[in-house]
Amino acid sequence: MTNAVITTHGLTRKFGEKIAVDGLTLEVQAGEVFGFLGHNGAGKTTTVRLLNGVLAAQSGTAEVLGLSPAKDGPALRRRTGVLTETPSVDERLTARDNLRIYADIYGVPREQIRQHVDDILAMFELSDRANDKVGGYSKGMKQRLALARALIHKPDLLFLDEPTSGLDPVAAKQVRDLIGHLSRDEGHTVFICTHNLTEAQRICDRVGVMEQGKLLAIGTPSELARQLGGRAGLEIEIAPDQVEQARGILHGLALDSTVEHDLLNIPGVDRESTPKVLSTLATAGISIYRAAPAEPSLEDIYFAIHNRGLS
Amino acid sequence: MNWRAIRAIVYKDLLVVTRSRNTMLTFILLPVIFLVILPGGVVLLASNPDAVSEFTTQSSDMEMFFTNMPDSIKGEIEAYTTDNQRAIAIVALYFFAPLFLILPLLLSSMIAADSLAGEKDRKTLEALIYTPTTDAEIYTAKLLSAWIPALVVTLVGFVVYGVVVNATAWPVMGRIFFPNLTWIVLVVWLAPAAAGLGLSASVLVSSRVSTAQEAYQIGGLTVLPVVMLVIGQLAGVVYLSVGFILIIGLVIWLVDLVLLWFGARIFRRGELLARL
Repeated sequence: MTNAVITTHGLTRKFGEKIAVDGLTLEVQAGEVFGFLGHNGAGKTTTVRLLNGVLAAQSGTAEVLGLSPAKDGPALRRRTGVLTETPSVDERLTARDNLRIYADIYGVPREQIRQHVDDILAMFELSDRANDKVGGYSKGMKQRLALARALIHKPDLLFLDEPTSGLDPVAAKQVRDLIGHLSRDEGHTVFICTHNLTEAQRICDRVGVMEQGKLLAIGTPSELARQLGGRAGLEIEIAPDQVEQARGILHGLALDSTVEHDLLNIPGVDRESTPKVLSTLATAGISIYRAAPAEPSLEDIYFAIHNRGLS
Repeated sequence: MNWRAIRAIVYKDLLVVTRSRNTMLTFILLPVIFLVILPGGVVLLASNPDAVSEFTTQSSDMEMFFTNMPDSIKGEIEAYTTDNQRAIAIVALYFFAPLFLILPLLLSSMIAADSLAGEKDRKTLEALIYTPTTDAEIYTAKLLSAWIPALVVTLVGFVVYGVVVNATAWPVMGRIFFPNLTWIVLVVWLAPAAAGLGLSASVLVSSRVSTAQEAYQIGGLTVLPVVMLVIGQLAGVVYLSVGFILIIGLVIWLVDLVLLWFGARIFRRGELLARL
C-alpha cells in the first residue's frame, strides 16, 4: 500500500504554444526526499506552481496531501512550504519581522508566534542577527531565512526550488545539512527542484528527470541505472606491479577491466559475484588493498537520460 | 475572507513603506509643501493690504473668478468685511481645496505602486503568492495598505492645514474661520474617493507592469483631473461648492467601483507570476 502525498496523472500546462509541463504522471511518498532534475526551463518551477494551486493545469489531475490544488489552493498552501528560487525575503524588514508576519499570514496561533519564531531563528543560526535588516545579510543567510520562513507553519510537505543556487560551498553545505535534518529528524516530505546533480545524489531518495516538460525517468539512482542498462561494477586497488597479472586473471573469468589512477575498474560485477572475483584474485597472489562497489553517478545517469531524450 | 492574513499583509506593506527613506521623504515633503509652506506663504501675502489691492484691481483671473461665482460662495465671501479677509477666505477656503486633493491621490497611487509593482521589483511577491490566501484577499490587502495611510496622512494634513491658515490669518481674521462646510465635505466625501481613484488605477496598472517605475508613471496620470479642477476654478468654469463636491465625489466613487471591480477580475496570482 502506498502512502503518496503527491499524485499526478497527465498534468499539462501550456504558455501560449509552449508546453511547460507535458502530461506529468508521478507519485511522491510521505517522508521521502524527492529530487526533480532538469535543465533551466525544463518545467520544474511550473510543476511546483501547479502542485501548489497557484497556476491552473489545462488538463490532467493532481492530488497533493489529499487535496486538489485547483480547488483547494488556500487549504493546500496552508500545509505546504515553498522555498522559491530567489530567497524572496523582504530586505527592508528584519529577519524577526519577516518570520513574524508570515507566521501570522499562515495562521500560526498568536500565542505561539513569539516562541516559534525564536526557535526557528535558533535552528537556522540567525538569532544573533534577528533584529537586523535583511538587506545586510549574506546570500547564504538570506537563503537560510527563506527556508526558515517556508517552515514557519510546520508544513507537511516542503517544496525547495534550487535551494543552494548561487551559494558558496560552505553555505550550500549548511542548507543541505538542514534539508537532511528536516527529512531525517523532523519527518518532512521534501520535493527538491535542482540541476545540481551532486546535491541530488547526496540528499535525494528518488529522482525524476524532466526534459522540455516531460518526465523522462523516475526512480532511485540505482533503478535509473538499471533502466538505462548501466551496470554496477567493482573498483579495487592493488599493487601497481600486479595490475597486468590481475587483468589477465579477470579476462579468464570473462570480465573486462579498465585502469584509472592505479585503480582497477571491473564493470558488470554485482554484489553476489564480488566474493568470488576477490577470492580468485587473492588466491592468485594479488595483493588487494581496497575494494568498493562502483555505481554510475547520477551525473552519468542524467546525461544518459538527457541524450536519450534528445535522440 | 481571512482577515487575519489581510491584516498581516497590510501591516507588512506599511512597515516596508515606513522603512523606505524615499517614500517617507515624499510622505513628509508633499504635505509640508502643499499644506504648510504654500498656503502659509499665500495667506501671509493676502494679509498685506498693498498686495491685495494690487492683485484685486489688476488681476483678470480674480475678476473672472468673481463674475461666475455661485451665489452661495459669493454670499460667504462677502460676509467678510475687508479686502484682506476676503482674499484670505478665497485663497484658503477655495483655491487650495483642489490642490489638497493631490495629496490622497498621489499618496495612495504611490503606495499602491510600491506594494504591488514594488514587490515585483524587490522579488518578494512570489513568497506572498504561495501563502494560503485567496486572490481576493491579496487584492483587498493591497488596496487597504494604500488607502489607509493615504487617508491618515490626508486627515492629519487637513488638521495641519487648518492650524497653518488659521494661525497665519489670525492678525487679519481675528477668529478661527477654517474649516467651512465645503472643506468638511471635501475631506469626508471627496478625499477618500480621490484616494480610491489613485489606488485603484495604480493597482490595476501595477498588476500589469513589471516595475514600480512604470506603475508610478502611469499611476501619476490620475493627478490630471485635479490639475484640470484647479485650472477650471481659476478660470471661473467650476467652483468647489458643497453641491459640486457631492456630485463629483459620487462620480469618482462610481469610477472607483468600476476600476476596483475590473481590477478584482484581472487580479490573478497566476497572471502576477507570469510577469515576475
